[in-house]
Amino acid sequence: MSSTLRRGGPLGWLPLTPAVLLLLVFLAGPIGYCVYIAFTNMQLTGTSSTDFVGLANFRRAFSDVNFRNAVWLTLVFTVISSILGQNSLGMALAALMRRASKPVRTVTGIFVIAAWVLPEIVAAFLLYAFFRREGTLNAILGWLHLPTQNWLYTLPILAVSFANVWRGTAFSMLIYSAALNEIPQDVTEAAEMDGATGLRRFWHITLPMIRRSIATNLMLNTLQTLSVFGLIWAMTRGGPGNRSETLPVFMYDQAFLKSFIGYGTAVALLLLLISSLFSAVYLRLIKTEV
Amino acid sequence: MRPTAPLILAAAATVIAAGSLTACGSGSGSDPDTVRIAYQRSTSNKVRIMDNYLATVKKDFEKANPGKKVKLLPIQADENAYYTKIQQMMRSPKTAPDLVYEDTFLINSDIKSGYLAPIDKYLDAWPGWDHFVPTAKTAAKAQDGKTYGVPDGTDTRGLWFNKEIFKKAGLPENWQPKSWAEILDAARTIKKKVPGSIPLNVYTGKGPGEAAVMQGFEMLLYGTGADPLYDAKQRKWVAGGKGFKDSLDFVHTVFKERLGPEQSDALDPNVGTQVQTEWLPDSKLAIDLDGSWLGNQWLPTGGKPWPAWSKVMGQAAMPTQNGQAPGTVSMSGGWTWSIPSKSRNTDLAWKMIQQLQTQKNAVKWTVQGAQIAVRDDVAKDPEYLKSSPGVTFFTSLVKNTHYRPALPVYPQVSSAIGDAMESVTTGDASPEAAAKTYDDQLKTAVGDAIVSKG
Repeated sequence: MSSTLRRGGPLGWLPLTPAVLLLLVFLAGPIGYCVYIAFTNMQLTGTSSTDFVGLANFRRAFSDVNFRNAVWLTLVFTVISSILGQNSLGMALAALMRRASKPVRTVTGIFVIAAWVLPEIVAAFLLYAFFRREGTLNAILGWLHLPTQNWLYTLPILAVSFANVWRGTAFSMLIYSAALNEIPQDVTEAAEMDGATGLRRFWHITLPMIRRSIATNLMLNTLQTLSVFGLIWAMTRGGPGNRSETLPVFMYDQAFLKSFIGYGTAVALLLLLISSLFSAVYLRLIKTEV
Repeated sequence: MRPTAPLILAAAATVIAAGSLTACGSGSGSDPDTVRIAYQRSTSNKVRIMDNYLATVKKDFEKANPGKKVKLLPIQADENAYYTKIQQMMRSPKTAPDLVYEDTFLINSDIKSGYLAPIDKYLDAWPGWDHFVPTAKTAAKAQDGKTYGVPDGTDTRGLWFNKEIFKKAGLPENWQPKSWAEILDAARTIKKKVPGSIPLNVYTGKGPGEAAVMQGFEMLLYGTGADPLYDAKQRKWVAGGKGFKDSLDFVHTVFKERLGPEQSDALDPNVGTQVQTEWLPDSKLAIDLDGSWLGNQWLPTGGKPWPAWSKVMGQAAMPTQNGQAPGTVSMSGGWTWSIPSKSRNTDLAWKMIQQLQTQKNAVKWTVQGAQIAVRDDVAKDPEYLKSSPGVTFFTSLVKNTHYRPALPVYPQVSSAIGDAMESVTTGDASPEAAAKTYDDQLKTAVGDAIVSKG
């Protein structure tokens, strides 16, 4: 009995079947259905029939100005809020906190992580209240006699990017704190003996040693940021006009407000494609040796 | 679990902030003794007009039908999210309500999707149906000649203006503009003489949804000439019309000259609630192009009781573009009670509709909901006639009113209009460019059924 169930034995696959079945039903099934819908003209309302239309949805996407705008804004949002914002700020916080005293570390940690554990929608409303024209930020600026702003209207993509930085920095900070703690003390000491100062030491010693953590963190962050919906929806609804309409918001608008479920799903698949491109780049980063 | 579920969850989470989504898909859809009613709850937590009315009818119904239960499913959301939500619910027998409150704006689209059941067999045996005025009987009549809902009122639209601000600006208390130009002139005068107030509100953009398209855009468009949106004779949608560009130009002018609210406020999905409960009662807004129901929030039963409103607020009919015949214009819509085709309790749901439409309840709702009556026995009722000072005026607008094209594709056309309005409001596009974008979106939505009137 035990030999038949062993790895490579005739029944070696048996213990795996429940898991595989679950994956097929709950993961592969919906994904397959999703791919199918993307090639149909399914609508939420207005027609009861659904026909197979081949690549029409994809052709429509590539000739759609609003789709191109959404791709562009998605890239802007991802680069600003994830790659530049969360990543660098998380690294800076992690590096600074190593030198800070324990109480400072604790307090900072609590605040940064609090922003991260808040439910997305709560964070979104907080930041909406902070950025809006009658909001907290303008109250503070007014009190300091500085010019006020109306970012949710004039630069909405920047406002939601900042919001995302505020919300997601904790994650990077935690990853980098862990990575920095892994660096052996003697390497740092040796570098000090050779006369490397703070920044140079960071650049030449620390960064290469935590390269893999950086790539992993970038990958997780990017994929998460590419699919941010609730935050943007609650703050700006992709507006005004379509100045903060990233792909997930565009998808929602097409599928549920304009009722083109098929088209919206096709756009979702294209978003998946963009995510996989990013992932491919990061995976290369992780693989290459110094 | 459909692949769109995460999206739906995200959307649901965004619109239901306080977890007020009760019993959605709780599987009670098959309980033969419970009638489940889906309706829209206002996003303002002070406004519970519909909720209170339905609660009393629920009590009556449960007393009259021992053993039967009514389950209310309030959906607290803005208009767009509400439509999406009920469509999602009606797609599956597990979640379909037994009774749904449908906007006539959407009803033809939902009928075509097979979401709703025809109710002709019930109507034929119901004496109450004879009380409905002919236009109301066709409100939920589809192209197949069957009827899919019972309307519970209608509405008209016109100009509301604040007499106190008008007095400060030296404008007459019995103001009745004869053309668009006179509206803009009045707004410019107010901007000059009463700084700090908002001269004119025209709903616009994607956020307010159909409110912007109907109260804002179509009130302008239908004053520019015959069949400006859809040519019923040729059965074609109109592209490149001059009236369309002129209407966009009006909106563009309002925001370019800063005669309207701040753009960011105007494009906010909840601007309607703000107008009703803040800007008008606080005398911040001078002229508001809005609906006949506005006063319902100011009644003692409403969300913002405001006893002085009947003295402070005046009403004027919306003029046509240059005063051309018939001189005034209005748009009418309304809501119906419909039975989803996937409901398993159609008989009980119909009983509930009858309960909602007893003469007493019909009057109660028409008054509380600030509706324009669609039944002759309600229109004659003294309680209705004295319900609010605006009733007689807004009922008089019915003679020059227009209905939206009752076609399944209308919601998509409406969405395209919202986009066009938003782009001229923000100044992202000129009226010409926005009209051209609309024509392209129209092609996507309706295919070849287009006639060019450039």
